[in-house]
Amino acid sequence: MARPPVSEADLIDRYGPHMNQAPPGGWDAGLVVERQVETHCCFCGQQCGIKLKVADNQVVGFEPWYDFPFNEGKLCPKGVKRYLQGAHPDRLLEPLERDPGSAGGFRPTTWDAALDRTVAEIRRIQDTYGKDSFALLSGVSLTNEKSYLIGKFARLALQTANLDYNGRLCMVSAGAANKKALGMDRAANPWSDIPLADVVFITGANVAECAPITTSYVWRARDRGAKVIVADPRVTPLARTADVFLGLRPGTDSALTGTMLHILIQNDWLDHEFIDAHTLGFDEAAAAVEHMTPSWGADVCGVPEDRILEAARLWGTSATGMLLHARGIEHQSKGVENVLSCINLGLATGKYGKPGCGVTTITGQGNGQGGREQGHKCDQLPGNRDITNPEHREYVASVWGCDVDEIPGKGITAQEIMNAIHDGEIKGLLSICFNPAVSLPDTGHTAEALDRLEFYGVVDFFLSESAHHADVVLPGSLHEEDEGTSTSVEGRTIKINAAVSPPGQARLDWEIFVDLAERLGRGRYFPYRSTREIFDELKVASHGGTADYFGMTWERIEDEHGIFWPCPEPGHPGTPRLYEGGVFAHPDGRARFSAVPFREAAEVVDGEYPLWLTTGRVVSQYLSGTQTRRIGPLVEQYPEPLCEMHPRLAQRLEVDSGDLVRVSSRRGTMVLPARVVESIRPDTVFIPYHWAGTQAANQLTNRALDPVSKIPEYKVSAVRVEKAEGHVEIRDRRVTTLQERAKGEGTSS
Amino acid sequence: MIDQMFVIDQSRCIGCEACVQACEECGTHRGQSLIHLEFVDRGATTQTAPMVCMHCEDPTCAEVCPADAIKQNEDGVVQSALKPRCIGCSNCVLACPFGVPKYFALPDQMMKCDMCYDRTSTGLAPMCASVCPSQALWYGTQDEFVATRTGNLLHEFRFGNQLVPTKVATVVDDLLPGPLDVMADAAPAPWQDDPFGLGEEWT
Repeated sequence: MARPPVSEADLIDRYGPHMNQAPPGGWDAGLVVERQVETHCCFCGQQCGIKLKVADNQVVGFEPWYDFPFNEGKLCPKGVKRYLQGAHPDRLLEPLERDPGSAGGFRPTTWDAALDRTVAEIRRIQDTYGKDSFALLSGVSLTNEKSYLIGKFARLALQTANLDYNGRLCMVSAGAANKKALGMDRAANPWSDIPLADVVFITGANVAECAPITTSYVWRARDRGAKVIVADPRVTPLARTADVFLGLRPGTDSALTGTMLHILIQNDWLDHEFIDAHTLGFDEAAAAVEHMTPSWGADVCGVPEDRILEAARLWGTSATGMLLHARGIEHQSKGVENVLSCINLGLATGKYGKPGCGVTTITGQGNGQGGREQGHKCDQLPGNRDITNPEHREYVASVWGCDVDEIPGKGITAQEIMNAIHDGEIKGLLSICFNPAVSLPDTGHTAEALDRLEFYGVVDFFLSESAHHADVVLPGSLHEEDEGTSTSVEGRTIKINAAVSPPGQARLDWEIFVDLAERLGRGRYFPYRSTREIFDELKVASHGGTADYFGMTWERIEDEHGIFWPCPEPGHPGTPRLYEGGVFAHPDGRARFSAVPFREAAEVVDGEYPLWLTTGRVVSQYLSGTQTRRIGPLVEQYPEPLCEMHPRLAQRLEVDSGDLVRVSSRRGTMVLPARVVESIRPDTVFIPYHWAGTQAANQLTNRALDPVSKIPEYKVSAVRVEKAEGHVEIRDRRVTTLQERAKGEGTSS
Repeated sequence: MIDQMFVIDQSRCIGCEACVQACEECGTHRGQSLIHLEFVDRGATTQTAPMVCMHCEDPTCAEVCPADAIKQNEDGVVQSALKPRCIGCSNCVLACPFGVPKYFALPDQMMKCDMCYDRTSTGLAPMCASVCPSQALWYGTQDEFVATRTGNLLHEFRFGNQLVPTKVATVVDDLLPGPLDVMADAAPAPWQDDPFGLGEEWT
């Protein structure tokens, strides 16, 4: 029974989101800072170094960590205010059981009772419907150690094939494309290569808001004289300063990059030596773009022809260049194809394996890079190994001390798991660090699916909107309460240090899973007494895989400010830049061009739904907002979703900035304020996705998946927009006075 | 004597508000952000403009203060009004050509950016320039600037007939035209007049 026990209003009243506005005790508490802990920000794959100030087992502030080389003290607003997720009134302090009779819909229970009930339900469901009828959904805000543990827990303790993770909503398109073309799933470059580029081409990446620290790398390149090209349906804050702006129509990314390849070929802006010596498949790739003339590209993409020519000229004639892409091109039903067409541009011009050269994804989630390497993705085992490869299975079984047949086969992916729950094929679910009720597309479908579960157990620190559906809630730990490692956007493995211990009865996540394994009768595979012991096993399990951590130690990682994998032997310096000398990770050392014909998105505009919808982030919020919607100063910065639209569209709709509009798709409808801005295409509207319920952009989005990566198509849907009743003032001035703040609503300190 | 300097390059600002969020973490005015960050015209552009105190050589705010409450220290840093002297008249708020000082009815005092004097006086960078992801707000020595950044440092502004030399610098392409004329139009990049190449489409 996984329906929310009481009304949403009652759940929110008891469990939030409420706001933490100020440090523990208020701004003037005068707490004496006992120590500063060097660790990293939990919000996003940049994994900026930060020092957390600790007093009385509480994080009370931060100090820039100038010596950490990636960000040298720089932080975005999320990093500055990350400390306010601690000492929070919404923090779950004891295990809970669903109880419609209790205020807020849950009653406290004991750890023993909560764990016993969870295990009893797992057993009942698996005995009745089979092992795979119980699924586990995990997330990549977790450390490498937890990711490894959960991968092993699903396979050996739950014995289910159906484990997947929210990295499925992040960089799987890039991962799949990199593997296919280059033989390895890792960002190709350390970020120190960006300032060495003569041209920086940013496509489908709102760098300023989603990876803010990368902005400074781009400017360092410009300070050397680099040109910047940005392709995006919106003039994002970094795009505003671009030398060439390509304001393309949503869903036409591979048409743009295909046209650029066509132009490179026409003008012979190619590195023939590199193509001959280090690649395969150029002729097929060239044939696929033969018809993609500049005028064809301009027509399909809705971008002036001369700008596409200029972008191709800059990319083709610059000695060095970096192409950075992110969810804009990856969150599509052709996400993998889009990335492959970017890789084609890098290979055609020999921009790989050299200083200032590379095509690389900007990971979105905290441990997006590291999480999947440790094997909590449905098709992978530790070391980025393939769960269907007999040799890989054999090796991991030898590390785990199990029979190889005990490791289940390949499971289904996150959205497919939700579909299977909806269809009644999966009956039970355990989740950690994943808020599918907000983050999966078509939220109406997700809510229906969760309602149908016979049992839903959630490990979390706040009661997320998904946990509203839970039967049992196990209070876990925050990032700053446990130690371990994570692997950043650059492929740099870094050390996360504990600043405080979990409050109340909350426990460390890894201890919860070890306890569950014990109760499932599989404790012999989980003898860990510390996260360090998990890391020591993880290193061995990764050895010989592409993501090889074997040579790393926690001490080295700290001393060297991170180590880039592969690091296969003790003393190995790590590998900041991949593919040096044009040696790729396929057995023959060659990279693969891909033939990428253009096709439309799964849903295209028509008379009924005539506008494109694209979704994304704002700088002050992170993912489904479970943490950042509880941090007052971040909420004030961008309090609710706004529908960005161009003045020419607004005029047709007779809408002014602040007027409420009704946005409808084939999945659902939402009402929200319009923000009328010239920084978006007139045929496109944008809504950020961090909010829940009636404020969720994913009420509108499409469950269409990329056939290879199974990433949902968040970036392209067809919608209708109409004027609705009502108007709100949109405040663009942010600096508030104490008096204004005292009068402000929804805040507490 | 502090040999580092503060530089603002507005053109690099991405409007992320890390500076606004970090400013209130400063030890001398906890909980109250004193930096300004505004959209220039959000309808037209994503351009934002951060504004710290420019720490004028002859601070207009201090010159117009009837209570002599605004002081400049030996490093040329113009400080918040002295609490016992400030009469809350807001002359400084109205007179500052950069719009920096703010009057707070609570605690009845003008407060303004003091370049994080608690940090800069001990060799640390100010909070805003420490965290700024685009380094639109920058803190370092003249040599470091020349070695790593493009553009020229300008320490003079002209507001109508008033010439205002400042301790904080801004960045311009060309120093020859002299003091920055804040009334002049800025030249946009060629595509910025029509980012989407619309012409008459959708009108």
